Amino acid sequence: MGRYVIRRLLQMIPVFIGTTFLIFVMVYAVGDPVNAMFGERAPDPATAEQLRAEFNLDKPVWQQYVLYMGKIFSGDFGNAFNGRPVTELMATAFPITIRLTLLAVVFEIIVGIVLGVITGLRRGRPVDSGVLMMTLVVISVPTFVTGTLAQYLLGVKWGWIAPAVSPAAPAGELLLPALVLALVSLAYVTRLTRTSIAENARADYVRTAVAKGLSRGRVTVRHLLRNSLIPVVTFLGTDVGNLMAGALVTERIFNIQGVGFQLWQGIVRQNSPTVVGFVTILVIVFLLANLLVDLLYAVLDPRIRYA
Amino acid sequence: MRGATRTTMTRRALAAAGAVALTATACGGGSTASGGAGAQSGVVRAFWTDPQHPVEPANTNEVQGGKVLDMISRGLMKYNPTTGKAENAVAESIETDDQQNFTIKLEKGWKFSDGTPVTAKSFVDAWNYGALVTNKQVNSYFFQYIEGYEDVHPEKGKPKAKKLAGLKVQDDHTFTVKLNQKFSLWPQTLGYSAYAPLPKSFFTDHDAWLTKPVGNGPYKVDSYTKGQSMKLSRNKYYAGEDKPQNKGVELKVYTDQNTGYTDLQAGNLDVVDELPAGQLKNAKRDLEGRYINQPAGITQTISFPMYDKKWQSKKAAMVRRGLSRAIDRKEVTEKIYHGTREPATDLTSPVLKTSGGYKPGLCGDACEYDPKAARKLIKQGGGLPGGKITLTSNVDTGSHRQWMEAVCNSINRALGKNNACTINPVPTFSKFRSDISDKKMKGMFRTGWQMDYPLIQNFIQPIYYTDASSNDSGFSDPQVDKLIDQANAATDEKSAVRLFQQAEKRILETFPAIPLWYQNGNAGYSSRVSNVKLNPFSVPVFTDIKVK
Repeated sequence: MGRYVIRRLLQMIPVFIGTTFLIFVMVYAVGDPVNAMFGERAPDPATAEQLRAEFNLDKPVWQQYVLYMGKIFSGDFGNAFNGRPVTELMATAFPITIRLTLLAVVFEIIVGIVLGVITGLRRGRPVDSGVLMMTLVVISVPTFVTGTLAQYLLGVKWGWIAPAVSPAAPAGELLLPALVLALVSLAYVTRLTRTSIAENARADYVRTAVAKGLSRGRVTVRHLLRNSLIPVVTFLGTDVGNLMAGALVTERIFNIQGVGFQLWQGIVRQNSPTVVGFVTILVIVFLLANLLVDLLYAVLDPRIRYA
Repeated sequence: MRGATRTTMTRRALAAAGAVALTATACGGGSTASGGAGAQSGVVRAFWTDPQHPVEPANTNEVQGGKVLDMISRGLMKYNPTTGKAENAVAESIETDDQQNFTIKLEKGWKFSDGTPVTAKSFVDAWNYGALVTNKQVNSYFFQYIEGYEDVHPEKGKPKAKKLAGLKVQDDHTFTVKLNQKFSLWPQTLGYSAYAPLPKSFFTDHDAWLTKPVGNGPYKVDSYTKGQSMKLSRNKYYAGEDKPQNKGVELKVYTDQNTGYTDLQAGNLDVVDELPAGQLKNAKRDLEGRYINQPAGITQTISFPMYDKKWQSKKAAMVRRGLSRAIDRKEVTEKIYHGTREPATDLTSPVLKTSGGYKPGLCGDACEYDPKAARKLIKQGGGLPGGKITLTSNVDTGSHRQWMEAVCNSINRALGKNNACTINPVPTFSKFRSDISDKKMKGMFRTGWQMDYPLIQNFIQPIYYTDASSNDSGFSDPQVDKLIDQANAATDEKSAVRLFQQAEKRILETFPAIPLWYQNGNAGYSSRVSNVKLNPFSVPVFTDIKVK
């Protein structure tokens, strides 16, 4: 197990270098960010030159990348163009987005799995078709529609909540955004659980458990659910990364100053240090989440062992 | 465990919802309420986005940072929010005999919000800082007319001097300025925030100043959480006449204009000066008339690459004129911009007012839509070069793609040819900008101009003088240069304006650019506040806002 983890961690290094380089080149390819700093006018050449030198933009891409990576390993992610260190931006943005993501995942797990189990056990009944219809609707409506609609109805029309989340973003205010963010994935979790449960409900071990005289609840939770969760856990693991990056739309709608906001602003202002820095962290999160999922397999399914 | 967390969270959410409902009613009733989403009594809550650059006078060139500087600093002059005219603020007098050497006397009694006095040195130091190339200030060019600018701000290499040779402190309240050319309207440029004075603390502890800027304006910064909010209250040392009518201002950072607008409708925000394009159509009705739509100092034009041989001939001018007459400006401004743009009929802007040089109709019939005349002019001019023309612009901001398509359609319709005009969208603004700098333009391209100060000079000289900083089309006409020089040397404003208008007329003879439309500033406000106005730079006049 330990060896497996170490091997996986080592595999992350080339993936990490590759992705950061790709992002770096892509941000670079968009054009010279200094041009966009002077508003609608021709940049003053002397000042532009000074700014380029400050952000190493006057050097070739590979050299910029090497300089940038060198700094990252000493914990310096550079400065955004408005003078704020990127690490400072991360320190404010990540806790908020992590809170939002966790809330969303909790919604997915609780609501998604409960609905999945119910529908899986009652296949073909009205409950099943009803929930299926609902998931279809949820999957087909894009997040910005559900988000703005929920915001308008709850925030403006009925005045139950503040339409915009305050800068501190306490968990209470993040409930609605988290639900909106979770909706699409929630529908997937429901469907995945339903299929998996329905398939395993006829498996030999379930029949054995029932034959042993175990209670219905115990059979469902300990035997059936545990074995049916593998595809769901895989999905949730990759979804953590997706949710953090995909929070961009939700964060903009509800004015949450998290990762999505910083990324979006970084892209709009072609702020390469912000974009590359944040994406780098997201890449790491994604890789770690995947590793965690693989390790969870072993916990869920005794047949899986890592050497 | 899980269940427990859930109930507490739900309870908290309900509590939060209740609090909001309470504040919402409280706002309507006009009483006070505090708390997360609530408002402090007498404080204006305004829309803000994270400024692009650190907030310092010579490094702020967009509205969001400008908003702060407008509140916390006051320069020698100030622009009257209604008339746009420059009036004395810190200056007691600005005198000159030759339109080149100026003696500036400061009014006594001005102080920064930290209690230190505003002296001649506060200005001279601030200007020297702004002009020095190694300080990397994006507004450096504002000091380009002061003698010695090329020494502190050379095109290439290290600066030869640290200070502008043209600035001399005489005593605590007097300093002299020598310009490198005659510029009669120069004192009227001094209302822009780039010319604001700076306290000693700016130079001794720059980082601390940036985390909490200190100035001599009507407000002082109480707290500034970067990327989130800025709280301002009255500056008790403020010596100007426009004392704040409210207790303070809270600027709240929004990541999306739509959210700001929603918050305005929900009563959690009082002033929004960036309305989302999609809402312009409904804003007036949604906000029950609490909507502002007034001229801003921004114009849009279409320029031609005058550096290209094809466009230099006399006949080509007729083609340009013809293209101008083929554009149905009225339809575009109404259909795409819902009246937030006005068809342009000269090269300046209505913010200048007629006394400042704005002259509607100066462009003449060349700016009037007439497809028949357009066809005729283009035919006389020998047709479009190569039978086709492109219109280039970045499409990452604004509604550039939409209006470009509309303009091209209008031209095609007028010429009766389906693909005479095609659009050439460039993905990002910076790519577009570098293509322009590299003189790569082949056909028509978008040129926008946002004024630095409300003067006719600013709409003409930087764009049409030979080799001027924003002369993107490469236009050059000795006659125009001469008229601009004469205007700058004129002894009184009236004759200066008249000479600039002559230059404008002369430019429009060659027609290097097609005037499209004047841009308006828009804002919406809540029923909790009144007396909301925008100044010529489309920044809300916070000092005048009254809170109910």
